[in-house]
Amino acid sequence: MALQLKVEKRVDVPKWLPLATSIGSVILAFIIGGVILKFIGGQPLVAMKFFFQAVFGSWAVFSDTMVKATPLIIVGLACAVAFKMRLWNIGAEGQFYAGAFGASMVVLVPLVPMDSPKVIVIGAMMVMGMLFGALWGFFPGYLKAKFHVNEIITTLMLNYIAILWNNFWIFDKWSDGGFQMSPTFDRVAWLPRLADYAREYKIFSGVTLHLGVLFGIAAAVLVWWILQKSRWGYEIKLIGDNPKAARYAGINIARNITLVMMFSGALAGLAGMSEISGVVHRLQESISPGYGFTGIIVAWLAKLNPFAIIIVSILFGGLIVAGREIQPAGLSFLLQGIILFMLISSDVLLRYRIRIVRAQEEAA
Amino acid sequence: MNPVIILHAGLATGTVLLFAAIGEIFAERSGILNLGIEGMMLFGAMAAFSTSFSTGSPWTGVLVAMLAAGFLSILHGLVTIHFQADQVVSGLSLTFLGTGLALVLGEGLTGQTVALIPSFDIPLLSAIPFIGPAFFEDHSILVYAGYVFAPLSWYYIHKTRPGMHLRAIGEKPAAADTLGIDVYGTRYFYVFVGGALAGLAGATISLSVSPGWYSAQTTSGQGWIAVALVIFAQWNPLRAALGGYLFGALRRLILDLQGPKLLLGFVNPLYINSNYSFFLKMTPFILTIVALIFGSRAVAKKRAGSPSALGLPFIRGERGM
Repeated sequence: MALQLKVEKRVDVPKWLPLATSIGSVILAFIIGGVILKFIGGQPLVAMKFFFQAVFGSWAVFSDTMVKATPLIIVGLACAVAFKMRLWNIGAEGQFYAGAFGASMVVLVPLVPMDSPKVIVIGAMMVMGMLFGALWGFFPGYLKAKFHVNEIITTLMLNYIAILWNNFWIFDKWSDGGFQMSPTFDRVAWLPRLADYAREYKIFSGVTLHLGVLFGIAAAVLVWWILQKSRWGYEIKLIGDNPKAARYAGINIARNITLVMMFSGALAGLAGMSEISGVVHRLQESISPGYGFTGIIVAWLAKLNPFAIIIVSILFGGLIVAGREIQPAGLSFLLQGIILFMLISSDVLLRYRIRIVRAQEEAA
Repeated sequence: MNPVIILHAGLATGTVLLFAAIGEIFAERSGILNLGIEGMMLFGAMAAFSTSFSTGSPWTGVLVAMLAAGFLSILHGLVTIHFQADQVVSGLSLTFLGTGLALVLGEGLTGQTVALIPSFDIPLLSAIPFIGPAFFEDHSILVYAGYVFAPLSWYYIHKTRPGMHLRAIGEKPAAADTLGIDVYGTRYFYVFVGGALAGLAGATISLSVSPGWYSAQTTSGQGWIAVALVIFAQWNPLRAALGGYLFGALRRLILDLQGPKLLLGFVNPLYINSNYSFFLKMTPFILTIVALIFGSRAVAKKRAGSPSALGLPFIRGERGM
């Protein structure tokens, strides 16, 4: 009696399966990554142990992980909103830089006097960061809506342009004594950190977690509300699932393309603002180790669910912290690529099921 | 700012875009969008350089680059053709994977020198005034190969039987299927061809046009420019070649603008402050966007060029296309 594999289309998907495939993909990716690391002469188990220490080791390292997770949460949400509409915003990296630039303008031009209250300075930085991020999202959105220009390529090109634009300012106008960075911002432009309260609460000493993480959580709630509860979210989802039906329902697709791209850009810009105001405290080169790209994977791994994005970001934050120590540098890219591949491959399990049947049964 | 030099350099750097874009045209004509070019190109550049470094033979390097990038692209084929995954996401994964693999395996190659693809003059043709020195003098064999490859690809796609099959499965896979064309097999084949050509483009960079291994800077976004070029070229290899050369020449022109003190009788702002070159460095990316706007408008107007089944999975016997 020979056994035979039979592939059938699924009628309905069990609730636990999407979660199982996500977790399974990550585990498989880590195993494959480990094998590759071993193959090129690394020590996968040491790296793995380091990774878990970096995520759960102590308060201080967990805080490091959370600091790295913060921009990922916000950027992941930015990508998720666009992807919900099947709008491929691959430009979060550029929008992140644009947001960092906008926020820096507040301090370095300066747009508000530096002796204003902190709320005003930080508020202005948030507004400018989101404004510039939205502007960076507007170009590809408008071009797509108006001229059907492929947004994948325009958003990507704008990444390069944003980085070069920032470089001009830090090499030239805002250069701190010829160095390739702006002067350090005044304290008033720093997001409050837990470490700032170390005098009152000893436990916070050296904990670098900053207010930006609350931006991330607030953004997750906002995005969840928009997508699940608002009319706009309904339109976004309908356009994503069935653009024809959306058009017949009288939804203005072109306007939504521009708006969603701007909203997505504004979130990525906020991430840039949070990073320079909460961590770097100046404008400089390579403020992002690829947050904009990792955000794509975060969004996808979380199946575009805003709250899952928070969890996945923490995992990837740990990956970035660990990646700083694990050589060679390309490894985290490699791991991200494998995770994404595993994930989209596993999606086939959501559509089909594989049954083992006896060959005779088949014949009968 | 000698036009001959600019054209000469444009033909050399344009060859990279030519191979990558024509490879993508083959894949897209079969209905599979592969956004992984940047990753495959970087992987190819690393494989070519590394192989030439260890074997001393640049030709083995080119071969290995083509096979390596080709097999990497088969992964994209498997995921999109058999698992029917989203082609955009799969292509992006491929970029991550290719970039990661190239950076990890290319560790330690920076600063090394290797045997390169030889350059030579073409006798007689190089004696033609202006055209000779630009087109037929001191170019790598790969550049000359590009001159022949672009028209041949055009002929293959438009005038031969396998080329007709290729277009058929990209336009109406279900119809092609009923005529007995193996849609799955053919798509795998052209995805592989696209990957191999992206690998060749990478090898052209690291072993000929700008020799060396500079991690991610080696390709610096040219793979994405190639993707844009395909749309601009409306899936036509000849237009892709022309666009590639034009782009290459513009890049050289941009470099040249940074040198002289006077430009058209005015003081060159770059001469006073070299930091303005950041704006100049943006031009290839801005030009890509501009080219794309024109390309997309032409495609939208004529409703031609883009293969109808591009990006859609074909599921045999399930739905007609």
